[in-house]
Amino acid sequence: MNIQGTGALITGASRGLGRALAERLAERGARLALVARQAGPLRDVVEGIRARGGTAYAIAADIGDKDAIHRIAGQAQGLVGEIDLAIHNASTLGPTPLRLLLDTECEDLEAVLATNLVGPFRLTKVLAGAMALRGAGVVVHISSDAAVEAYPRWGAYGISKAAQDHLSRVLAAELDGTGVRVLAVDPGEMDTAMHAAAIPDADPAALARPAEVAARIVQMIEDAGRAPGGARLVAPRWEAAS
Amino acid sequence: MRALAERRAPAWWPRLRAAVAASLAQPEHPLLADEVSRHRVRMIALDRRTGRVALRPFAALPDLLAAGDLLVVNDAATLPASLRGRTAAGESFELRLSAPVDDGDGAAGGRLVGVLFGAGDWRTRTEHRPPPPRVEIGERVALGPLAATVTAVRGRLVELETEVGRDALWQALYTAAVPVQYAHRRDALPLWSVQTAYAARPWAVEMPSAGRPLTWEILLALRRRGVGVATLTHAAGLASTGDAALDAALPWPERYEIPERTAAAIIAARAAGRRVIAVGTTVVRALEASGGRAGAGVATLVLGPASPLRVAAGLITGLHIPGESHFELLRAFAPAEHLERVLGAARAAGLSGHELGDACLIA
Repeated sequence: MNIQGTGALITGASRGLGRALAERLAERGARLALVARQAGPLRDVVEGIRARGGTAYAIAADIGDKDAIHRIAGQAQGLVGEIDLAIHNASTLGPTPLRLLLDTECEDLEAVLATNLVGPFRLTKVLAGAMALRGAGVVVHISSDAAVEAYPRWGAYGISKAAQDHLSRVLAAELDGTGVRVLAVDPGEMDTAMHAAAIPDADPAALARPAEVAARIVQMIEDAGRAPGGARLVAPRWEAAS
Repeated sequence: MRALAERRAPAWWPRLRAAVAASLAQPEHPLLADEVSRHRVRMIALDRRTGRVALRPFAALPDLLAAGDLLVVNDAATLPASLRGRTAAGESFELRLSAPVDDGDGAAGGRLVGVLFGAGDWRTRTEHRPPPPRVEIGERVALGPLAATVTAVRGRLVELETEVGRDALWQALYTAAVPVQYAHRRDALPLWSVQTAYAARPWAVEMPSAGRPLTWEILLALRRRGVGVATLTHAAGLASTGDAALDAALPWPERYEIPERTAAAIIAARAAGRRVIAVGTTVVRALEASGGRAGAGVATLVLGPASPLRVAAGLITGLHIPGESHFELLRAFAPAEHLERVLGAARAAGLSGHELGDACLIA
């Protein structure tokens, strides 16, 4: 996919990987609709991108709220026009310190699924139809190795990410032939606020920088045609097209 | 046998039957007005050449079209276009946007164009709503969380300027405004209910509802059959303002944009002797105004029985009755007696004429 001039939407864009993806895509010439719950930090990201000559707009909304979905899609397409790239990056661990599944409150599991699984499903449902009729588009789900490995205490998050990986596969199978690519990307372990909340005693020096991972993911999006539809890609192992 | 049945019918039966017949004959109640699930829509298919009509499930659409035919849809998403407002003197009004938001494209200040309504909301029929309070050019009004200045007044049609940046304008609109709706529905209409399965940029102030039954099941079946599906974007306007003078001039000029790929698909379909089928009257307007050429424009034409059709060979639409401006547009595709036959078949089958109801294919 050619990023220059593309309308792109990123959720969870106020910090961490979402912020780094926004900054990298802005450098590559994307027109950005950035979504996050907190208006203040999101505003800072938008202003930083604009100060460097990029195009970005802020949409304060909670992806886990069904009523917010058409507001997000409508504002995004009002602001940047057609959306050809959607990156579902927002996600929540649920309460930290992380708990065993049998200690996880039912409502906490539901809230994690609402943000990490149902929200991306709803937003893709309202964005990908237009992509399919235009014959082009990329939908990226930010995954995790917790989607594949059964780590104790990562239950709510891991379940949501495993289901999100499968959401990618089924969407890709159904959209086969329409020109819409759906990818699940495992970014690997990064030095982010979320990682610190999950594993407070991790050594930040041993973790990847979000900006480096974002550059690699943007490369993957530019090469999206090479990946099989619905593929689960691991960012640290991705080789750029030569 | 008939005499026997009538003798056995209760005494009130003939009166009920007469009342039903009278209500069906009244132009304002010719069809049911129930919402229909978009997965269960039925349609009356009218063959333009023979005048024959048939009742089909909407999902049979791919069987009624041929490989190489081209469906053109309006991909405009539906805006929440109804805003509560207050004049400088504190009187309340409703603003219904009549055109897409002109958000200033970078510079601070956006422009909103719409029709003012007086106290109350959609639960009161538009023609029974009290007149809106008077506003003057230069007056500052409140629109939900936004402050706006009145820059033009033509009767109830107004233009307003806002002073916030683009993000704030869109955020305020989507936070404070709700979809335009009418008195036949008591519950508030969610934004989810007024979007097609391929909605993109928010240009429509009312839903381009002919495309509502086009589920992805049907869109992918069309593709497998070799029927093309192409998009244009047309700023579908208000269906009614409740003001006779304003209503008489509907539809107003409406903005449209036709992508290169759609213009190319139209040329290819016509070169192959295939049909271009418009999904909705807004698409007919855009196609006929543009001649099918790529680019942006404003449709000012009003189509009727005498209008030649340069591009659209067929149409998918809701069920419209004589007297509606949409019915006049349908007469460009078929003579009135054929359209009456469509309505007769729709009545007989209990089809719904609601905008979220059943459908009609004229091809």
